[in-house]
Amino acid sequence: MRVRLLYFAWVRERIGRGEEDVDPPASLASVADLVDWLATTRGAGYAEAFGDRHRLRAAVDQRFVPLTAAIGAAREIALFPPVTGG
Amino acid sequence: MIRIAVGPEPIDIAAEMELVEAGENGAVATFTGLVRSDDGVSTLELEHYPGATEAALAEVAAAATERWSLAAATIVHRVGPMRPGERIVFVATAAAHRGAALDACAYLIDRLKTDAPFWKRETRGAEPRWVEARAADDQAAARWSVD
Repeated sequence: MRVRLLYFAWVRERIGRGEEDVDPPASLASVADLVDWLATTRGAGYAEAFGDRHRLRAAVDQRFVPLTAAIGAAREIALFPPVTGG
Repeated sequence: MIRIAVGPEPIDIAAEMELVEAGENGAVATFTGLVRSDDGVSTLELEHYPGATEAALAEVAAAATERWSLAAATIVHRVGPMRPGERIVFVATAAAHRGAALDACAYLIDRLKTDAPFWKRETRGAEPRWVEARAADDQAAARWSVD
């Protein structure tokens, strides 16, 4: 299942890119599973970006969700720090 | 009327006020957020999630419009680099009476701080640093919860 990943703010900086397309294994059920897979298979930048799950937020197809949310048939998943606008 | 605008241009308050006052409602309330200059910040950069940002702001504005029967709700948020004293965000509400306009205006700015995907990076001296989210912002947004 091909899915587009987007990274913002210091998550983007630590990973070294703002977006990429990946083919995660079908066994991954939740956003947290996806984060674990990225952190353990794709290098030090990912491990550093995802080291503190309490400071990580996610959106699936542009909707904010908890990390426990299912990936389902998502086309776009964004990973980023807590927001600081306004 | 809901108006959402996100972009790098300086915020033109006169133009925004003209739009929000066009309906000739009895009450208009506004909030303007500026880049702080009091703690040595030389540059502030705003990053956002294009598409999702506008959708989140439209959702917040629609919720306020329904809850307070607003005639108009405007959210204008600047992104990109800016300097101390420049406007980051402008929020305006129009309603028949001041209570609804004032409460809805506070609601919009409180909710957008926690619900819209913006990230601030400030530069003091040579070192840029991502701004940390504040628990006080979560508390300010939570006070509007109705359940």
